[in-house]
Amino acid sequence: MLPEDRRVWRFIGAVALSMALSVPLSAALGVQYDYTLTNVALGGALLGALCGMAGTFAVLRGQSLIGDTLSHAALPGVALAFLLFGREPLALLLGAAATGGLGVLLVNWLSGTTRLKQDAAMGIVLAAFFAIGVALLSYIQGRADASQAGLDKFIFGQAAAIIVRDVVTLGAACLLIGALLLTFWKEFKLLTFDPDFAQASGFPVGRLNGLLSALIVIVCVLGLQLAGVILMVGLLIAPAAAARQWTRRLEQMIVLAMLFGAFSGGSGAVLSALERGLPTGPLMIVVACSLVLIALLFAPQRGVLWQRRRLRSEV
Amino acid sequence: MTNSSYALEINDLTVAYRNTPVLWDIDLRVPSGVLMGIIGPNGAGKSTLIKAALGLIPRAAGDVRFFGLPLRQARARIGYVPQRNSIDWDFPTTALDVVMMGLYGKLGWLRRPDKTARQTALAALEQLGMAHFAERQIGQLSGGQQQRVFLARALVQNADLYFMDEPFAAVDAVTERAIVNLLHRLRAQGKTVIVVHHDLQTVAEYFDWVTLLNVEVIASGATDSVFTEENIRRTYGGRIGALPAALSGSSEASAYVA
Repeated sequence: MLPEDRRVWRFIGAVALSMALSVPLSAALGVQYDYTLTNVALGGALLGALCGMAGTFAVLRGQSLIGDTLSHAALPGVALAFLLFGREPLALLLGAAATGGLGVLLVNWLSGTTRLKQDAAMGIVLAAFFAIGVALLSYIQGRADASQAGLDKFIFGQAAAIIVRDVVTLGAACLLIGALLLTFWKEFKLLTFDPDFAQASGFPVGRLNGLLSALIVIVCVLGLQLAGVILMVGLLIAPAAAARQWTRRLEQMIVLAMLFGAFSGGSGAVLSALERGLPTGPLMIVVACSLVLIALLFAPQRGVLWQRRRLRSEV
Repeated sequence: MTNSSYALEINDLTVAYRNTPVLWDIDLRVPSGVLMGIIGPNGAGKSTLIKAALGLIPRAAGDVRFFGLPLRQARARIGYVPQRNSIDWDFPTTALDVVMMGLYGKLGWLRRPDKTARQTALAALEQLGMAHFAERQIGQLSGGQQQRVFLARALVQNADLYFMDEPFAAVDAVTERAIVNLLHRLRAQGKTVIVVHHDLQTVAEYFDWVTLLNVEVIASGATDSVFTEENIRRTYGGRIGALPAALSGSSEASAYVA
């Protein structure tokens, strides 16, 4: 192993250690990890780790904003599922996946067959689906059973509602997606780096693309209830973007993105659960974006300060 | 062996984009063991021809055979060098890692590159004078060095037929020489190489076979007999910036300069 790579692995170890230490540290400062808060912290951290895995590929494939379209377009699905089946978690997830997926397909279709560019197509689809979702939500709130719905929590996220079953679901998703990424690691890496070469080498690029996109959809949908539809994309992109700054190897990037994601998700969820009514999504994003800011400023080689110093030493 | 003597045989290939033909009724036969340049003006469909042959873009009609076989059966014998600007060089990976990607296709599912793969990749980098840069992040390489990494990746594919998309575009003199040497080595090994090329000046020097393309095949054959002023004029119309020095001696030739 090269000295530079070893240095980065040591850095990753230090990051993991200090993030783990934040748990006893916060406990010493008076945060009481009772049963509920433990679930909240675990759920947030698992979601963040998932986002780190999926986000690494979303960012490198230049598909960051697909996640944004997806999560906004999921809102009408959540509302429709509630109207049809009531507050059944699985139905809400499937509803979210259905309209979210439909939104992404619509963006692809619009940019492929009409003269609309992809960014314009995304903006239109995102706004249209979100508008329908908000309208449906208002209609649901106005009904008699509104008080139990609590669907407005889907907009900014609500970690306090995490129960053991959510933690188990997120944990299982982590294992499943982690196993898939390990199994198809070299294929996903090649597909992300150079899809034409992957296809010319004989890999079924269409199916691998579908699998990778499905992973991103699953992670976004699982995160909606915690992070909220508006800021979900932040948790997808920010940990990966921060991780990219510190390394030049994909293997290191994804591990670091999972750590950053777990820390952002976990601490954001805990912070929001401390005080009644604090929204979870925004707090997760504030933590994640602080990590991005630190990385953009201080990372060796790629950081702003590093580059400025090198420039000065060259003059 | 059922192989025909043609490394590449294309019949009636048509490719269209939004109902406009980009390639029209291409018939092409490339004998085994030649170094062939594909030349033609911008928008002539040179890269499209390669991509359509390799199945990277859908074709409206036509049949393509490699050594007499369809793509699926010939895949392991084909190497590919995409255009350098077709990928994001800021991707977090090293030169050596990129070269090892050339071995993924033959590794198959679930297997990872091992020590042998590493040695093979290092040897390929060495051949292109890039051994010192093996552990560099690819974004820190110059354009010419990046091109040589791409060529090394194709080299480890150990193919019989290579497609190279504009390998000479915007490279330094060292890289240009490295590519020419590589082409000669490949020909000495009996390989066939098909190169999309943009510089008319060097065609006769680099290639023994040439295809002049402008949506249709204008001419294809041995460079000596096909690379003529007449054919170049028919391919480029009035848009020739500069005819090859060897051909532009006559006063007549300068009249073609638009």
